[in-house]
Amino acid sequence: MAESRQHTVLPGFGLTVGYTTFFLSAIVLIPLAAMVLKASSLSFSQFIAVLLDPRVIASYKLTFGTSLLAALINVVFGFLIAWSLVRYDFPGRKVLDALIDMPFALPTAVSGIALTAVFAQDGWLGQQLARMGIQVVYTWLGITIALTLIGMPFVVRSVQPALAEVQRDLEDAAETLGANRFTVFWRIIFPTVLPALLTGFTMAFARGIGEYGSVIFIAGNLPMKTEITPLLIVIKLEQYDYVGAAALGCIMLGMSFVMLLSINLLQAWGRRRLFVGKR
Amino acid sequence: MSGGPSQQLLSELASRPGGNSWADKLIRWVFISLSVMFLAALLISPLMIVLTSAFAKGASIYLKSFVDEDTFAAIRLTLTIALIVVPLNTLFGIAAAWAIAKFEFRGKSILITAIDLPIAVSPVISGLIYILLFGSQGWFGLWLQAHDISVIFALPGMLLATMFVTFPYVARELIPLMQQLGNDEEEAAITMGAGGLMTFIRVTLPKIRWGLIYGMILTNARAMGEFGAVSVVSGHIRGLTNTMPLHIEILYNEYNYVGAFAVASLLMVLAIITLLIKTVIEWRGLRG
Repeated sequence: MAESRQHTVLPGFGLTVGYTTFFLSAIVLIPLAAMVLKASSLSFSQFIAVLLDPRVIASYKLTFGTSLLAALINVVFGFLIAWSLVRYDFPGRKVLDALIDMPFALPTAVSGIALTAVFAQDGWLGQQLARMGIQVVYTWLGITIALTLIGMPFVVRSVQPALAEVQRDLEDAAETLGANRFTVFWRIIFPTVLPALLTGFTMAFARGIGEYGSVIFIAGNLPMKTEITPLLIVIKLEQYDYVGAAALGCIMLGMSFVMLLSINLLQAWGRRRLFVGKR
Repeated sequence: MSGGPSQQLLSELASRPGGNSWADKLIRWVFISLSVMFLAALLISPLMIVLTSAFAKGASIYLKSFVDEDTFAAIRLTLTIALIVVPLNTLFGIAAAWAIAKFEFRGKSILITAIDLPIAVSPVISGLIYILLFGSQGWFGLWLQAHDISVIFALPGMLLATMFVTFPYVARELIPLMQQLGNDEEEAAITMGAGGLMTFIRVTLPKIRWGLIYGMILTNARAMGEFGAVSVVSGHIRGLTNTMPLHIEILYNEYNYVGAFAVASLLMVLAIITLLIKTVIEWRGLRG
């Protein structure tokens, strides 16, 4: 099939590749390059000064810490949810399955104000937590909850197909040979699902680092405490510090590249494993 | 597609030796209840609170919050942006999917990664880059000022930022679909003398139409709901450059919670409709 595609009779190669490249360059690549160019108008020491400003450092810690924590929570609960949806049948399963994609479709401003209302001191869940002395809104905890919601579908949707692919005859064979449930899980199910789990984790993590809309309402945006890095870019823009904003943008763009690369590598690894397993 | 357990799989699981032991039942119960609790707290309660907050002071106050010029202008602007962005990105998505699914060429994997880039980039950056290009201090800022064209804090900038954010969705939906379907039928049509456009409309389009529709409604949902990117380039001028999500923020910051959640409820309905269409398409796909 690969061969026939190379010598295909299909028309439109020049047109579609040309149009795609042109549009992509105009909307995405050239503007991004312009940002890098803008940041390069800073000298190296100025650039470093922007990136290592204490307020900026505090925002990195917060952004990475909460994104990481949220992605880890999603690995655990995302797996539980995917497992329940793939392996069990229960009333409401189909509705729950359809709802998983909600954070993809729901505008971030809506989830932002809604989560703030739920977890506010007088909110449905905020009340209960306040009684235990836990404040969610305007703390890092609130940011983590917002990022957990945003990242959840990435893990579930990544693990679900992988879990469905686990070869049941292998599980049966292992059980027949006397392996107990946990051995079957650790030796057969877990290794098959691992690449998908890591891909989902990385996607949720990457999304969390860049997230803005759903976070700023619940974060309260206190300097040095609950300011995320994307918010600092907005603040710099409001102060007309375009070069500083561009410098921060470059760091975040670099992070996105690393994440995208990791996701591609993880997916390639997952595909290889799957195909080896099938043969 | 996600799907769930098939009937065959469920009966197979049930017939398995030891499949109904108390330990299995316990694990099953724990897994399902933890999943449901997690989703109820994180996903379902925010959705419910949008409605209860919007209707907190009754249905008439809810409806009244839409009888407002600024709210009306925000709805109109959001619809305008979606009407322009969705067709443009659909056209791009189809072209990109055709190029990537039908041909082998050098740099293809780089092209795929570049198309995915807007998903990995923070929405704030998608606004920032256009300010750096077209803002008053930007590369084209002086030229635009001299010709009295405003891009930033105006519709063109918001269109660009929205286009950037929703750029990959149609392409990402179509590429795997078209790759999976293969080229045989298209090649047959071309060999028998059909033109390229004819082949696409008569042969490819019917096969990919559900994927295309889902890509388009997802693009639409993201275009109407985008906050970060649009917020950066809009300048928040009431009645002029305020979209629905930005209007939610303004109302919310003014402590007009009923108004904010009323506008939010409209966007939530849009999200639910999007998911409904997706679910229907998936179930159809499973049946066909």
